[in-house]
Amino acid sequence: MSFFGFGQSADIDIVLNDAETRKKAEHKSEDGRKDKYFLFYDGETVSGKVNVTLKYSGKRLEHNGIKIEFVGQIELYYDRGNHHEFVSLVKDLARPGELTQSQTFDFEFTHVEKPYESYTGQNVKLRYFLRATVGRRLNDISKELDIVVHTLSTYPELNSSIKMEVGIEDCLHIEFEYNKSKYHLKDVIVGKIYFLLVRIKIKHMEIDIIKRETTGTGPNVYHENDTMAKYEIMDGAPVRGESIPIRLFLAGYEMTPTMRDINKKFSVRYYLNLVLIDEEERRYFKQQEITLWRKGDIVRKSMSHQAIIASQRFEGSSNPEKSQTPSNAEEG
Amino acid sequence: MTDPAVADTRRLNSKPQDLTDAYGPPSNFLEIDVYDPQIVGVGRNRYTNYEVRMRTNLPIFKLKDSCVRRRYSDFEWLKNELERDSKIVVPSLPGKALKRQLPFRGDEGLFEESFIEERRSGLEQFINRIAGHPLAQNERCLHMFLQDESIDRNYIPGKV
Repeated sequence: MSFFGFGQSADIDIVLNDAETRKKAEHKSEDGRKDKYFLFYDGETVSGKVNVTLKYSGKRLEHNGIKIEFVGQIELYYDRGNHHEFVSLVKDLARPGELTQSQTFDFEFTHVEKPYESYTGQNVKLRYFLRATVGRRLNDISKELDIVVHTLSTYPELNSSIKMEVGIEDCLHIEFEYNKSKYHLKDVIVGKIYFLLVRIKIKHMEIDIIKRETTGTGPNVYHENDTMAKYEIMDGAPVRGESIPIRLFLAGYEMTPTMRDINKKFSVRYYLNLVLIDEEERRYFKQQEITLWRKGDIVRKSMSHQAIIASQRFEGSSNPEKSQTPSNAEEG
Repeated sequence: MTDPAVADTRRLNSKPQDLTDAYGPPSNFLEIDVYDPQIVGVGRNRYTNYEVRMRTNLPIFKLKDSCVRRRYSDFEWLKNELERDSKIVVPSLPGKALKRQLPFRGDEGLFEESFIEERRSGLEQFINRIAGHPLAQNERCLHMFLQDESIDRNYIPGKV
């Protein structure tokens, strides 16, 4: 915007080359709205076109250079001014000069490293975006295109179960077990609670999934806890020797993978919280960390395979040992 | 063979429950009744005391069935002891009712039937909540309150 009459201006538009074929992923923004963005993985090339459209035809647009950047940055909400860029790539599209007409520029960022997953949390945001800028003397014209990055992992080699005996001396002793310590986002937490000693009047028991977002370092560490899920596993008073099963499907909850000390700026960790509540509303609990990871999507199989999956889901409702499909008959 | 693409949701193996545990009496039996209010004393020195009867099978209590008589100020003493020594948040007692102790009331004051019933109920709720708390069960003052004939205000506070 020039001070003298109507100066020339331009609209910038960034279009990806594979916009038709690339998958989009939903991501919650800071204000809670869910939007869809193009999904990228580590190492993928980001290529496309930048369309610079002049606002007023016939007039020239003077500029100090046109460039496009690929940025990955961490933004701490209490320190908005400082963006911590961990990926910063730039490609010059045009040298300083002038545009006489609308123009399109091609760009390609080959095999871009995207080491962390996109994350929007309570006190911190990690995002990736393309930014095209037409540099000008007084004010630049720029346009950003946000993308979402997912980090994938494979089944961990070591995935021991979590098994522990806890309690209050002479009042309550329980042994809890969860089948794994590392779960993928569509996994199932299978476990059990075994009551060794019950001298209090328990009313019910639930299992909560707590997300803890940690920002800051040293003396300025700040934790933000968020209960992602509350799942009642027992209603009523147990007695000694009783075993309560746990089967908690994670796919129903919106969770991210565990993120540890990302760029030394923040962490997102998940905990299972086993809570017992007695008749006087007193709460007894035990918290245990679990690691969440993201599994790559599997290709859709045939219909008969879907049927096997469906039957296995319900096998636990009657007698699990008896209701095996023919293909599983070998198992004891 | 379990298909790796399908989550294994079978229950974990657990020991079968012993039938004596399954059908036996629960080991968390604890019931305290506050009843039978009696007015004791004469003239201006009258007060009400209540019978506090405890039945339990918790091993931490020496007597499985005990019966004592206690008055409101005994309950206040217990509340103060627990607030000082234990780490628990002690529930509140029914009101002190100082206004009822003033003269020239239209009713029986402290000895009004409805008031005594309200107080009895509040004391019963109070003592049941305290006695069920695992941390309170460690305090000597609680055991003395529930099971000793009389409260020795010069006792040595401590854990059981």
